Amino acid sequence: MTDFSRLGVAAIRDGVADGAFKAVEVAEALNARVSAAKALNAFILETPEKAIEAAQAVDADRAAGKPLGKMAGVPIGMKDLFCTEGVQTTAASHILDGFVPTYESTVSANLWKAGAGMLGKLNMDQFAMGSSNETSYFGNVISPWRRNDGGNAALAPGGSSGGSSSAIAARLCPAATGTDTGGSIRQPAAFVGISGIKPTYGRCSRWGVVAFASSLDQAGPMARDVRDCAIMLEAMAGFDPKDSTSLDLPVPAWEAGLNSDLKGKRIGIPKEYRLDGIDEDIAKMWDNGIAWLIDAGAEIVDISLPHTKYALPAYYIIAPAEASSNLARYDGVRFGLRDLPEGAGLQDMYAATRAAGFGEEVRRRIMIGTYVLSAGFYDAYYTQAQKVRALIARDFDNAWANCDLILAPTAPSAAFGLGEKNADPLSMYLNDVFAVPASLAGLPAMSVPGGLSKEGLPTGLQIIGKALDEQAVLNAGLAIEQRSGFTAEAAEWW
Amino acid sequence: MSVDKDTVNKIARLSRIAISDAEADKMVGELNGILAWVEQLGEVNVTGVEPMTAVISNTLRLRDDVVTDGDVRDKVLANAPAKEGSFFGVPKVIE
Repeated sequence: MTDFSRLGVAAIRDGVADGAFKAVEVAEALNARVSAAKALNAFILETPEKAIEAAQAVDADRAAGKPLGKMAGVPIGMKDLFCTEGVQTTAASHILDGFVPTYESTVSANLWKAGAGMLGKLNMDQFAMGSSNETSYFGNVISPWRRNDGGNAALAPGGSSGGSSSAIAARLCPAATGTDTGGSIRQPAAFVGISGIKPTYGRCSRWGVVAFASSLDQAGPMARDVRDCAIMLEAMAGFDPKDSTSLDLPVPAWEAGLNSDLKGKRIGIPKEYRLDGIDEDIAKMWDNGIAWLIDAGAEIVDISLPHTKYALPAYYIIAPAEASSNLARYDGVRFGLRDLPEGAGLQDMYAATRAAGFGEEVRRRIMIGTYVLSAGFYDAYYTQAQKVRALIARDFDNAWANCDLILAPTAPSAAFGLGEKNADPLSMYLNDVFAVPASLAGLPAMSVPGGLSKEGLPTGLQIIGKALDEQAVLNAGLAIEQRSGFTAEAAEWW
Repeated sequence: MSVDKDTVNKIARLSRIAISDAEADKMVGELNGILAWVEQLGEVNVTGVEPMTAVISNTLRLRDDVVTDGDVRDKVLANAPAKEGSFFGVPKVIE
């Protein structure tokens, strides 16, 4: 009997289409795995009936000889940032506890239309603010990975898409949605040894996705290999008139276009990413990645992205500023939590509701955002950060004169332990040092497994491409995947 | 630039987030840490640089000025924590 937890998106899709097995069999097997993996805390809500319902529809369509969608019969996890009609959507915040959307996000609707089914809503950092999945109101997500020291210290699955990364690495689902504002797809993918791509800003509609920082937020797929990411991105992307920043462009056939022959491609290695005191394992992985791309036919060129060191501080002005505005909607009046102290007026109700509903990191970012946008400080902080953002984007534009893709590490280290970086918000922020520049420039960027650290934990290689050139990013990812020999997986303890 | 406790209380008020005295004390240190770190942006020469507002060049689309949506009152009210009839309920705001 087939172990469906071993199959990826393509294998499930093809098996269902060929009649090797029924979609319902896959859904039942994965529902059982999700239900048995509560120790990981990857799901906020399990929706087995949704997975079965979608699978039955696919099986019925196949029996009737109807054409099947790109994701037909593939059960997936849905990050709890995507509004799902009739199914609780919380953004992992108390302030949305019990919120049941009356509409469906465009991206999730696209996936259901393509024949995917929903196993459940995945845990995440609250409002996607965090890099370790420790800010969720519903508790930490635990990585399925453990260090090879024989201990059982709980490790971070990365964030903010930590439920997605943990569930895929534990083979509870073949793929899941993620969202990436400053690394939230790539860093968790790197931490658990899977792949994930943030497409060009505007490829995936933001409509119905709980907003964090609208000029940066972008949805993308996470899966166990590059082909599966290509398939799922095709299903997710597309023009949406309901999102004013949605790109009105056809969705390329990324899966059909996969080609790991990189002859003629120039790969830029940014010298500013080689930080002083760079982790030895990360440096070695990066060198290996360079060798693999040369082996695939690419030419390596040294490049400079001179404003790299200013990307994180610019991000930590722009993202909180946008968040403080976006999160103004949580007022205890229209949806979600209301905290109305005895005798309180409207203003007190707002303040009490928001104090009770938002977690500590969310409150901190709203306050920073409010401060940098306040009278007297707006130009010094916010306008300056937007100008620096323009310079960071210009760095990439200049680099493209000499290269077609950029190779760098995804994160500065392998996964850290839960609780290890909580004391100081800044040390947590630094985790996204390599991920944030591509976010600020809106560029497609992917993480693929690059190897294992001395502690036996996965590390990720990041490929950054030109705007709209997801194909080249996926192709380089495939070239690495074919050469890295990465087959390690977490031993099942949960 | 750094913030003191009065400023933190003012930001909290602007943010409509109630904070206790102890929280305000803690927030002074945290905000100052973050602000001191972002201060380095001041080193960057931005002469002649326009602030970036759209990351991928895209034109904002116009559409015909017609009603395309609506008539969904019950859906809009479905998640209200305290609806009254066909309205959102709020505490009394007029003395």
